[in-house]
Amino acid sequence: MFETLLPNVKWDKVIDATYETVYMTAVSVFATFFLGIILGLLLFLTSKGNMWENRFIHSFVAAVVNVFRSIPFIILIILLLPFTKAIVGTILGANAALPALIIGAAPFYGRMVEIALREVDKGVIEAAKSMGATMSTIIFKVLLPESMPALVSGITVTAIALVSYTAMAGAIGAGGLGNLAYLEGFQRNHSDVTFVATVLILIIVFIIQLIGDMITRAIDKR
Amino acid sequence: MISLNGVTKIYHTNHSQVKAVDQVDLQIQSGEIFGIIGYSGAGKSTLIRLLNGLEKPTNGTVEVAGKRIDQIKGKELRSARKEISMIFQHFNLLWSRTVRENIAFPLEIAGMKKSDRLKRVDELIKLVGLEGKEDAYPSQLSGGQKQRVGIARALANNPKVLLCDEATSALDPQTTDSILDLLVDINKRLGLTIVLITHEMHVIRKICHRVAVMENGKIVEHGDVLTVFRNPKANITKRFVKQVTEPDETMETIDYLLEKYKHGKVVKLTFVGDRAEQPMISKIIKEFDVEVNILQGKISQTQSGSYGTLIIHFDGDETTVEQAIEFIRNQQVELEVIANV
Repeated sequence: MFETLLPNVKWDKVIDATYETVYMTAVSVFATFFLGIILGLLLFLTSKGNMWENRFIHSFVAAVVNVFRSIPFIILIILLLPFTKAIVGTILGANAALPALIIGAAPFYGRMVEIALREVDKGVIEAAKSMGATMSTIIFKVLLPESMPALVSGITVTAIALVSYTAMAGAIGAGGLGNLAYLEGFQRNHSDVTFVATVLILIIVFIIQLIGDMITRAIDKR
Repeated sequence: MISLNGVTKIYHTNHSQVKAVDQVDLQIQSGEIFGIIGYSGAGKSTLIRLLNGLEKPTNGTVEVAGKRIDQIKGKELRSARKEISMIFQHFNLLWSRTVRENIAFPLEIAGMKKSDRLKRVDELIKLVGLEGKEDAYPSQLSGGQKQRVGIARALANNPKVLLCDEATSALDPQTTDSILDLLVDINKRLGLTIVLITHEMHVIRKICHRVAVMENGKIVEHGDVLTVFRNPKANITKRFVKQVTEPDETMETIDYLLEKYKHGKVVKLTFVGDRAEQPMISKIIKEFDVEVNILQGKISQTQSGSYGTLIIHFDGDETTVEQAIEFIRNQQVELEVIANV
């Protein structure tokens, strides 16, 4: 039945492309999560009235975050080509997409982390201080656990954005479903391939949203 | 235990400065329950935060449990804070942790081993009466239960001083009383020094030994709770004392009754200590030929004795009424004629 409805779809290629998309998304989500939390903590802790209040560091980090958040992703990939070549050794394939994906998404997620941390009850931080907590205790036992539901729903949104970033990266040679849809679907005019790629990307997005919602619900005890 | 000398705290805002605490001198003894009362904005929150170094004074010295809180910082301040615990108006529990994990938190900070921690947490849960709630999350608890968790958490590291920041202000009257009873209980059992701030005279009356009244950053009056109740000097203190002895509705009732009783005198008696418990009114009725009408009466218990007010209406022959009043005065009961009809 598939042969008649989707005559141009080569399933082994589809499976490879799906694997590449999942791989790029998974690695970049993982790295974005950690990098974003570091950026978010820096933004939060150096802001006015907080523990490491420092206007210089805050403005510097905020400026970097804003710049990278503002550059359209397709342009960011091109700008980062020399950097990618230097650290990955090639500008083609799934691994070559990773630096751009992470650098594009981490500042975006960093802002979300900052907002999540600002929602943590000031009184709870004060209580921890009154017990003689160190800075690292406050970060790892108060700030991050207390903002975890927001951090998880933030990374869910970011992961979905990253799926569409991988498709864009695919168009200029990173592989994955975006690459398949562009080269096989668009350039050879096989609209059935584009259709299959789209459906698969939608399925990936739905699964990410489902997992994110489930985790958020499980850890939110408020 | 606690000694403040010439303590001033000034906050700088954009164009002006605010003196939150102004030249405060205060001595608090070991094992005492000391209350600081004032309306919001009086500077009492700042004052209590000076005691554990959450705020640093602009001027003056703060000594708590032998440590100069105004001078120490870093590691030394953190270890001092393990001896000076604090409970809060809004409890400030970690919602992501269960009751047991919340109480264990200060023990984790102190670096206690996990097995010891579990044992200590069980003791504390028993002490504050939260058996059966160990694995509940704060969102599943009532306000009073949350404050019990806060108290258990504060007691975890065997502190010498417990600071209470409006600890009962978010609770209903009944729960307030049960939390206050718990505080008195741990004060007696553990010999803990308790400093509390509040805007409710009821709290001072019920559990404090001594009280300081704060207004505009200054301590305007302080002393024994009973003495302050019997003889409030500053206007603000008088207003606070009235919160307990004469609610507004009482005065309204008396105004109404005064219209009904066209003869005789209305007097207010204030009893302190043992006198509050003596049957004086029945003596008057037996010895003098007067009509006695009790309009309003109240006895309040404080930590150092009882304190009562009685508003009565005397009717009868003018000289007999005078004699009865004289008799009361001789009993060393304070008497104030509030209406001569």
